[in-house]
Amino acid sequence: MSDARSQILNGIRRSLHRGELSGAARTAVDQRLADPPHGPVVARAQLPQPEKVALFCQWAEANNATVARVAAPEVPAEVSSYLARNNLPAAAAMAPSPLLDGYDWASQKMLSLRRGRAEASDQVSITGAFAAIAETGTLVMTSGPDHPVSLNLLPDTHVVVLREADIVSGYEDVWALLRARYGKNTMPRTVNTITGPSRTGDIEQAMELGAHGPRRMHIVVVRE
Amino acid sequence: MQSTARDFKHNAHEALVDPNLQDSLSKLKVGFSERRRQAAERLPEFEALRDRARDIKNHTLANLDFYLEEFERKVIALGGHVHWAPTAEDAQRIIADLCKSVDAKTIAKSKSMVSEEIGLNDHLEALGIAPIETDLGEYIIQLRHEPPSHIIAPAVHLTKDQVADTFYEHHKALGFTKRLTERNDLVAEARYVLRQKFLEADVGLNGANFLVAETGSSMLVTNEGNADLSNTLPRMQIVLASIEKVIPTLEDAAVLLRVLARSATGQESSAYTTLNTGPKRDGDLDGPSQYHVVILDNGRSSVLGTKMQDMLRCIRCGACMNHCPVYGAIGGHAYGWVYPGPIGAVLTPQLIGVEEAGNLPNASTFCGRCESVCPVRIPLPGLMRHWREREFEQHLTPRAVRQGLALWSFLARRPKLYRRLTQLANRMLATFGKVEGRYRSLPLASGWTRFRDLPAPQPGGTFHSQWARQRSRTRA
Repeated sequence: MSDARSQILNGIRRSLHRGELSGAARTAVDQRLADPPHGPVVARAQLPQPEKVALFCQWAEANNATVARVAAPEVPAEVSSYLARNNLPAAAAMAPSPLLDGYDWASQKMLSLRRGRAEASDQVSITGAFAAIAETGTLVMTSGPDHPVSLNLLPDTHVVVLREADIVSGYEDVWALLRARYGKNTMPRTVNTITGPSRTGDIEQAMELGAHGPRRMHIVVVRE
Repeated sequence: MQSTARDFKHNAHEALVDPNLQDSLSKLKVGFSERRRQAAERLPEFEALRDRARDIKNHTLANLDFYLEEFERKVIALGGHVHWAPTAEDAQRIIADLCKSVDAKTIAKSKSMVSEEIGLNDHLEALGIAPIETDLGEYIIQLRHEPPSHIIAPAVHLTKDQVADTFYEHHKALGFTKRLTERNDLVAEARYVLRQKFLEADVGLNGANFLVAETGSSMLVTNEGNADLSNTLPRMQIVLASIEKVIPTLEDAAVLLRVLARSATGQESSAYTTLNTGPKRDGDLDGPSQYHVVILDNGRSSVLGTKMQDMLRCIRCGACMNHCPVYGAIGGHAYGWVYPGPIGAVLTPQLIGVEEAGNLPNASTFCGRCESVCPVRIPLPGLMRHWREREFEQHLTPRAVRQGLALWSFLARRPKLYRRLTQLANRMLATFGKVEGRYRSLPLASGWTRFRDLPAPQPGGTFHSQWARQRSRTRA
């Protein structure tokens, strides 16, 4: 044990008038970690799936994202059309994910896609999402070979393809999905939960979009 | 950071006559507090969540050593490193050594109050390492060589025109020759300038809102996305956090996140909430190859187990200062150190000593708004009262105040004498002030009459004599 480490930990124990936790006290905290108690349930997101999807869309829009709800075959056309509607280049860096590769991007002759992480010159990124939270309109992104974090942050415009089935009520449901996917004590390097485009209120407390991350966020919600 | 808390009275006087500051503060009074109220009303579970948030923090503090060790174990298991810093100097040295180990020239920093507390920027600059603040507010005040004036809105004391002047002066050299007037243009220019810094930085340094023991994750809550760029693009990530930032589990984080954003800015959720766990994994296309967490004590562990322990529940939302009439009148700089407002008045005497910061807990009317909005229900007025008692016990209060209090306590213990004297004073003030009904100046009361008139007592005598009359009437 390093000196600094024991100095801090022993200082804490001295102040709390006890030694290292043992016996029943230790069992209680071990138990709490193994089976984490939930806080008060937020009622507004406890809904049947279709209404959960609607609540997600409502909050995402309230947080300055735009939302389009389409069937799976329409996803590439919606992305192209969104870029055209907003006078954005028909070129994007896309997450190299099998899920996104399942859509027929070749149908969009004008759209040029590069799979990989974001470069400083990229204007648009396209990613999937691990999950989404209906309570606040929040997207959940997990890092990995199929989802570089820079795609969530560097380009001016972030287009997210989200399946309706991946929309859950609250954070607690996301944690359960993470544990199921990555194992109880393992996390991906980065979990970004993102609610709308980047913003700042640092000049006179007035909200401005596009501080450092994307200025625009478009969420394509895929019906199944 | 060098404290000027000792000069609080002088600082406060200057703040009250600073027109730019008063202009900025007038916006604060309606902005954050109104938005917080609306956000709390939108969520019926808000009060229950506050209770739960308080309980989570109390549980963690009672088992702090356990959760810190658990956090460390998980960080190491995923390839990260944990460094323990008992003092500010230890943390400075650890961070400087880490930067030197990768020959760092520049560091992309995202807002960290703990880094202000340990004076990190000055230390790194002295070693030839350039720390670049990337939070917009922090960037503005770094250019102006000012300390933050608010824990979540560091440039809240400045007007848009002041920001425009600052950018014009500092960005000229980079080829921006036009003085901007619109907010969105100012934001866009800062975005452009700082984007280059992110791409060049060798190290990303950020604080943490929470350290999750269960997973070994550091958790960051921001709106701009600067923290996320700073922990994704550079090859080394350093997280600087104090010991009380650890919480047990992700479920606990869910509760605390729900009260944090709403209490801070009135948002349902901040734009970015990020969990970082260890360095990048095999196959990852980006992310830092080194992940370090520096855990700072700096006097906090000695507060555990004392009456003051409640202050360690703080999740740094800033609601107490947003709702404080004193902060609203003088802003954050007058407090003279890193943490302003009610929480500053409680933390600062603990961290730098009551001799230096004894003025701060006196700067309160005990109106109780801070306690009524605190998401983790810290009894801030009670803690300030405690510091006042300490200050008095240590004979740090000015002699005039001590003598005044001694005189008052002498009289208060002698009710008959007290009543006779107050009746006399009342009668005199009523008689001499009869014509105008008020006093423009009064000997021994200039502290009051310099800024406002003192009303002359109304006919009918003191409260005590009116009460006595009332009682005899009802009995009769």
